[in-house]
Parts: sequence; structure tokens; C-alpha cells
Amino acid sequence: MSLLTIDDLVVEHRSPGRPVVRAVAGASLTVSAGEVVGLVGESGCGKSTLARAVCGLNPVTEGAIRFEGQPVTPLGLRRRTLTGIQMVFQDPYASLNPRRRVGDQIADGLRVARGSTVTPADLLERVGLPRDFTDRHPHEFSGGQRQRVAIARALAAEPRLLIGDEPISALDASAQAQVARLMRDLAVDSGAGLLFISHDLSVVRLIADRIAVMYLGKIVEIGRTAEVWDNPRHPYTQALLNAIPLPDGQGTLPAELPGDVPDPANPPGGCRFNPRCPHVMDVCRDKEPDFGPVACWLHEPT
Amino acid sequence: MKITDLRVDIHGRQILKGVSVTLHEGRVHGLAGESGSGKTMTGLAALGLLPHGARATGEILHNDRNLLELPAKELNKVRGGEVAMVFQDPATSLHPMLTIGRQLTEHMRHHLGLGKAEARARAVELLGKVRIPGAGEAYGRYPHQFSGGMRQRIAIAVALACSPRVLIADEPTTALDVTVQAGILRLLRGLCDELGLAVLLVTHDLGVMSAVADEVSVMKDGLIVESGPRSHVLRTPDHPYTRSLLASLPESPLAPAPDEERS
Ligand SMILES: Nc1ncnc2c1ncn2[C@@H]1O[C@H](COP(=O)(O)OP(=O)(O)OP(=O)(O)O)[C@@H](O)[C@H]1O
Ligand SMILES: Nc1ncnc2c1ncn2[C@@H]1O[C@H](COP(=O)(O)OP(=O)(O)OP(=O)(O)O)[C@@H](O)[C@H]1O
Ligand SMILES: [Mg+2]
Ligand SMILES: [Mg+2]
Repeated sequence: MSLLTIDDLVVEHRSPGRPVVRAVAGASLTVSAGEVVGLVGESGCGKSTLARAVCGLNPVTEGAIRFEGQPVTPLGLRRRTLTGIQMVFQDPYASLNPRRRVGDQIADGLRVARGSTVTPADLLERVGLPRDFTDRHPHEFSGGQRQRVAIARALAAEPRLLIGDEPISALDASAQAQVARLMRDLAVDSGAGLLFISHDLSVVRLIADRIAVMYLGKIVEIGRTAEVWDNPRHPYTQALLNAIPLPDGQGTLPAELPGDVPDPANPPGGCRFNPRCPHVMDVCRDKEPDFGPVACWLHEPT
Repeated sequence: MKITDLRVDIHGRQILKGVSVTLHEGRVHGLAGESGSGKTMTGLAALGLLPHGARATGEILHNDRNLLELPAKELNKVRGGEVAMVFQDPATSLHPMLTIGRQLTEHMRHHLGLGKAEARARAVELLGKVRIPGAGEAYGRYPHQFSGGMRQRIAIAVALACSPRVLIADEPTTALDVTVQAGILRLLRGLCDELGLAVLLVTHDLGVMSAVADEVSVMKDGLIVESGPRSHVLRTPDHPYTRSLLASLPESPLAPAPDEERS
């Protein structure tokens, strides 16, 4: 049985006087115990919305989210810590209280994981920070240091599901590899699941067992990491992998996707990617490819 | 802009130990380096925005004036006008209670003396340039109604609003996927090539560095340990730290043979 099951999830943002934004528009995904799933996709495609829904922070419009077989219900931030799910938010200030010393905040997490003998200083050390940083407040850190503190805070509670929303985007390459591996090891060793949202495809490749690619509210491709990386099938995944800038010193600007970034308040009909797809066919404009593991009419399962 | 021997300490702790960087018209100077090495502090110092308790010495010359010695009022005029900054944390660039349209146009009307309609038109155009969908409608929304990467792009639009001559961009694409990032890098490169914008681009992403930077400096512990033309620093680095950074990237020419570490 999967640890986390997301089934045909729809999440909408409503604000007065504005069109409804269907940020997640029918997405399905599972994460098993001990598994790392990487979630990648265009900026604004609904990754954070999906993650927040799993934590019970965004109400579910349609579909279902189950954690350890139980439906996830909306919860206050406080009680959420008791559910075994921890999230490292995209904005580190959303994970940390600006007015409290980080050592105390990590200690809160440790109290959730009753019986732990680990200290806040131990956790800081694990994420690559000096032990005596426990006395500092969040604003006294650099961007990357603050992200590490947020990770230490989440790990302290020994969650059974850890969600990292761009948790290491501010770290340099060698630190990224180190902290990403740490997150993976801690999850896998303790049998927890890790849903890892990142724009950094090389880090996802390093730690994920499976990669899910999201475009405009839908998962358009999902598969084992090596398969997706070596043989991307959805045209969006192909475009994504082609746009990774190489550190070769050549000064080559990476390729942009043609066409406009779509608006989830006003999605195109048929396949959501069709206006920007180099392989577009008639069927793509008419019918949404509602199947997996590659939601593309070129890859319809037989 | 010429930064010479910049030193910053906070409560007696040395954060910058003598940093020198020169920004040229139409060129991108990339600043990479270890997390916590002082990249953000360098950018903040250039705008007189250091945190409480910080002391800066050295020289930051812009238009023959040392920005470190400028009175607060004069500095305010420079900031947001001639010299603009994209902060590492988009929350610092954007006010949570004001619509993004207001935040974009306020600067323009103040610094460029534009009328209301003109300012609005320019704001919508800028939102389109940073790839915000439905720019006309987005204009009236508040920061929290956007995704993390959208907020980052809006912060870039705010920084560009007054056509600055110098842009300090602190990790401006960390929240962007690579295709949208490609668009933003093209936009920045275009502003340098066509309008002569000078950019200090702080980024830990050496792929981004390689795509747009003309010169590259690498920081460690409050010092620049290596500096030079892009192709030199990224292909034949002299400093061991730069080499170790490049070696940790599987796509780099300096990486060890294909990684079979995990399978
Ligand atoms: N308000 C503060 N008080 C005391 N020390 C601070 C403060 N802000 C930052 N520092 C320290 O100054 C050093 C330099 O920080 P800075 O933010 O410039 O790093 P950075 O190179 O931008 O790192 P990153 O890549 O992680 O953003 C860090 O060691 C940090 O801990
Ligand atoms: N509170 C809100 N009210 C209205 N719209 C919202 C709200 N939060 C997010 N959105 C919209 O929902 C869509 C998805 O946002 P989300 O933050 O989930 O994207 P994301 O995939 O995490 O993007 P990024 O990679 O840039 O962080 C975006 O179009 C965004 O503008
Ligand atoms: Mg997000
Ligand atoms: Mg920084």
C-alpha cells in the first residue's frame, strides 16, 4: 500500500472578484514508504498548491488525498505536526518563526518525535551548519543557511512523509548534493516517503526513485528516474531537459519554450500543452489525453 | 560601478574581508560561491541596505560618487532609479498588502514622472516580459496570489521598472523552471546588449553563469578567491574551490567519469 495516494486531485484558488484559478486540475500521484518522488514542472503549474493540499493547508475541491489510508483533512498548522507529515516550505520564512531562536524551533520538532536523543545542535551539524548557530534568529542567516535550518526543523519531527518544496534552491552545487542525499538517506533509512519538488533537474536525478512532471495542473509524465531522464517522452519533458543550461563556459543561452506561459484561469482546450507543442496533431486540440504514464496522444496506451 | 576593498562587519564579526568587483556597461558579472560567503552582503552594501549593526568600509563608486558615503536621502534617489536590486528572497522585494500593479507603477511615477495610464501600460508590458500569464488581469492581484516563481519574476519586473543603469540580481532565477529561466536570462542578456545595462548576477548555478555571464568571480569566506573571463573560470579554473564546485556537476567538463554512484 502506498504511504500517500493522490487521486484525481483538483484544487482551486478563489478570490473575490477574480476568476477561479484551477491550480491543480486532476492530478494523480503516489509515494510509497521509503520512496523518493521528484516533482518538477513549469513555474506556476501547481506544485506548491498540490503540496499544501497534502498537508491540509489548501482545501481539496475534488478528488482525494490519503495518507496511510486515511483521508487528509484540513488542519491548523499546529496540529499538522502531529500527523506525521512535515513540509519544508518554498519560502523559508513560512517554515520558521522570525522571532524565535532557531535552536528552540528545532527543539519543538524534536518534542514531536518523542524519545529522540538528538539535540538541535546535532541536527544543525547534519545539515552542514555550525553547532553554535542554535542561538541565532532566522534573519541572521544567509539564504542557503536559512533553508538548511528549515530542513533541520522538519527532520527533527521524524516525519513519515517529508515534503520539500524547493528546499535547497539557494545552495551551491556541492552543498545541494550533500543536503539532498541527507534528505534521501534519512527518508529511506527510516522508511519515510519524500516528495521532493525542485526546479533543479540534476538534483532530482540524483535522489529521486521516480520523477513526476507537471504541466498546468496535471501530471503529464511519470516514470522511473533513469527512464524519464534518458528517454523523456512527453514533449514538455523533452523541452524541459533541453533547457538545462550547461556549465561549459560557452555562453550559450538555453532554449525557451515557444508561445506564452499558459494561464490556469483560462487553460487551452484539448491537450493543455497543444499551443506550445512542436508535434501538435488535430486530436490534441480536441481531446484531453486523460491517461498515463505519459499524457500525450503520441503515447496513448494500447 | 566599481567596488573596491569592501569590508563589512556585523557586531565585530568580519563578513566581507576586502571584496573588489567592477561592473561594466552592457556586461554581466557573475558572482558565485559558497553559501554564507557574503554574496548577498556585497549586493546589499552596494545599495546601502546592510542589516542593523553592520559597518562597511571601502569604496563603491558610481557616477564618481562613493555610495558608502552618500547621505541617506541621496542614496534613496539612486536606489530604485539608477541602481536597482532583485532580492534573494522575493518577499523582501514585494509588499504583501499592495497589488503588484501599484508596486510597479509607484516607482515609475516617482522616478520617471510618468502619468497614471502610461505607467500602467508600461507595468503590464513588463509583466508580459517576465512571462506572467494574463498580465492585464495579474496587475490587480496581490503577491500571495502568485506562485513562488511568479513572485520572483514580479520582483524582477519591479527592479526593471525604472530602467536602471545597474542591476544587482541576487539569485533571480532560483524559483524558476529551466524553460522560464531561459526566458528571463534572454531578457537580461537583451537589456545588457541593447540598453547597456550593467548587471551583478549572484547565482550558485554555474549553468546559468555559463549562459549569461561575461566575467565570473567566485567567493569563499568573505573574499573573492577567483575572478576572470567566463570561459577561463568555468573551463580552466585556478582555485581548488571552483574546481570542486565544477567537479560536483555531472554536466561539467570537469566532472569525473559518468556517475554510477546510485542505481
Ligand atoms: N543579520 C545578520 N547578522 C549576523 N550575521 C549575518 C546576518 N546576515 C547574514 N549574516 C552572515 O553573513 C554571512 C554572509 O551572508 P550572505 O547572506 O552574504 O551569504 P551568501 O553568500 O549570500 O549566501 P547564500 O548563498 O546562502 O545566500 C553568513 O555567514 C551569514 O551567516
Ligand atoms: N492564493 C492564491 N490565490 C489565487 N491564485 C493562486 C493562489 N496561490 C497560487 N495561485 C495560482 O495558482 C497557480 C499555481 O501556483 P503554485 O504556487 O501551486 O505553483 P508552483 O508550481 O508551485 O510554481 P513555482 O514553481 O513558481 O513555485 C498559479 O497560477 C498561481 O498564480
Ligand atoms: Mg511553488
Ligand atoms: Mg545570499
